[in-house]
Amino acid sequence: MLKVRLIPVLLLMNGRLVRSAGFDTHQIIGDPLHEVKRFNEWNVDELIYIDISRDGGGFEGRPDHKVGGFADVLETLEAVSETCFMPLTWGGRIRSISDMRERFSRGADKITLNTAAVDDPALITEGARIFGSQAIVVSVDVKTVDGRDQVVTRNGTHATGLSPVEWARQAADRGAGELLLQRVERDGAARGYDLDLIHAISSTVSIPVIALSGVGRFEDYAKGVAAGASAVAAANIWHFKELADRQGKSALARAGVNVRL
Amino acid sequence: MIAIIDYGMGNLRSVLNAFRSIGEAAVLAPTPDVLARADGIVLPGVGAFPEAMVRLRDGGFVDALEQEVRRDGKPFLGLCLGMQLMATESLEHGRHAGLGWIEGTVVPMSTAGGVRVPHMGWNDLEVVRRDGILSGVSATPSFYFVHSFVYQPTNAAVVSGYATHGERFAAVIESGNLQGTQFHPEKSQRDGIALLRRYAERVHAAC
Repeated sequence: MLKVRLIPVLLLMNGRLVRSAGFDTHQIIGDPLHEVKRFNEWNVDELIYIDISRDGGGFEGRPDHKVGGFADVLETLEAVSETCFMPLTWGGRIRSISDMRERFSRGADKITLNTAAVDDPALITEGARIFGSQAIVVSVDVKTVDGRDQVVTRNGTHATGLSPVEWARQAADRGAGELLLQRVERDGAARGYDLDLIHAISSTVSIPVIALSGVGRFEDYAKGVAAGASAVAAANIWHFKELADRQGKSALARAGVNVRL
Repeated sequence: MIAIIDYGMGNLRSVLNAFRSIGEAAVLAPTPDVLARADGIVLPGVGAFPEAMVRLRDGGFVDALEQEVRRDGKPFLGLCLGMQLMATESLEHGRHAGLGWIEGTVVPMSTAGGVRVPHMGWNDLEVVRRDGILSGVSATPSFYFVHSFVYQPTNAAVVSGYATHGERFAAVIESGNLQGTQFHPEKSQRDGIALLRRYAERVHAAC
């Protein structure tokens, strides 16, 4: 039987691994490769790696720093893929088919689109046609703006006016293979997932929905699954709790969820 | 040396990385002449069946494979779409002939009972033959799958492992020097690496 996936999310900002809160506060936590090696040793299900570097922020992973050692983000991807024998989704600053191709050729199995998908939805279809739907993940970032839930882009700074349910349906119809669902207000807040949002989106589309944003306790995962998520993801808990994979899987199994132990 | 056919279908890099991680000399083969120098040949692939056959044929790989794999008997491993391409034909986007090495048809997965397709994620492998490529995997192995079509071989004896997603389908096929997996061993952590290691041992034994 198909298992529910438990997925760590790593955020790369200007060459360094960071933790994030509310999409706008970031704290450097380390080396872009160290965590990947740890996850690989733990035999984790899958990895999502998102480059959230801001334009003009430079790339700080120079060899004279203690962290990184890579000249640019694509070199980081290449090094990650050499250490990672699990499915790897890469996101951030992907704007075109050639950006996608570059990332696949460096070892990504899937790419995730956020801003570019909203700006040019035809890119989803074109990407799916060339690389297959399974390789195109659309990241749906949701935030309450002007009293209603809207899809946001540009690292959560730009409200698009799109309804999350409508946009999710459109992204799936256009050929996305999965949706990565984020609730901006819960990013780094450790209050649990937005279960209503997960339910609304996963009951609208037939493609898998990966829940992200808000996990503070390992028990939060199973609630996301019960709300309809096909996979449960988190970022901070993987850095700040011991044995995050084992404990997360155990909590899911205790709740009766079929996981790969 | 293991040659990984580079015909523009999917993430070859990860297959290369996986073999290199276990100390195997593996190279990408963008042209068929590399296959003649190889001891083992791996056909990976993600994407659509007809497109893959066109690329193999146009790239001159079909003739080279007939020579190296069918006549010379080099150990062959097809991954995902690469396994399906060994079939007689596929019903993906019409009806298209495959390499025709192991009789059978590639058909769409059934969505009966509300099963989500593509079948994507980790699933259990029901091992029915452990003396071949599956001899090194754990007692209750699971592997990473991404696909919407399944291979239905005419002769069930070629199936070494099944998986179930709605329907029960062939996940590992072995017949002589031909081997294939519907899942992605290069993305399946320890069990996947164990399978690739067993294939590599087979390549060494043959050369």
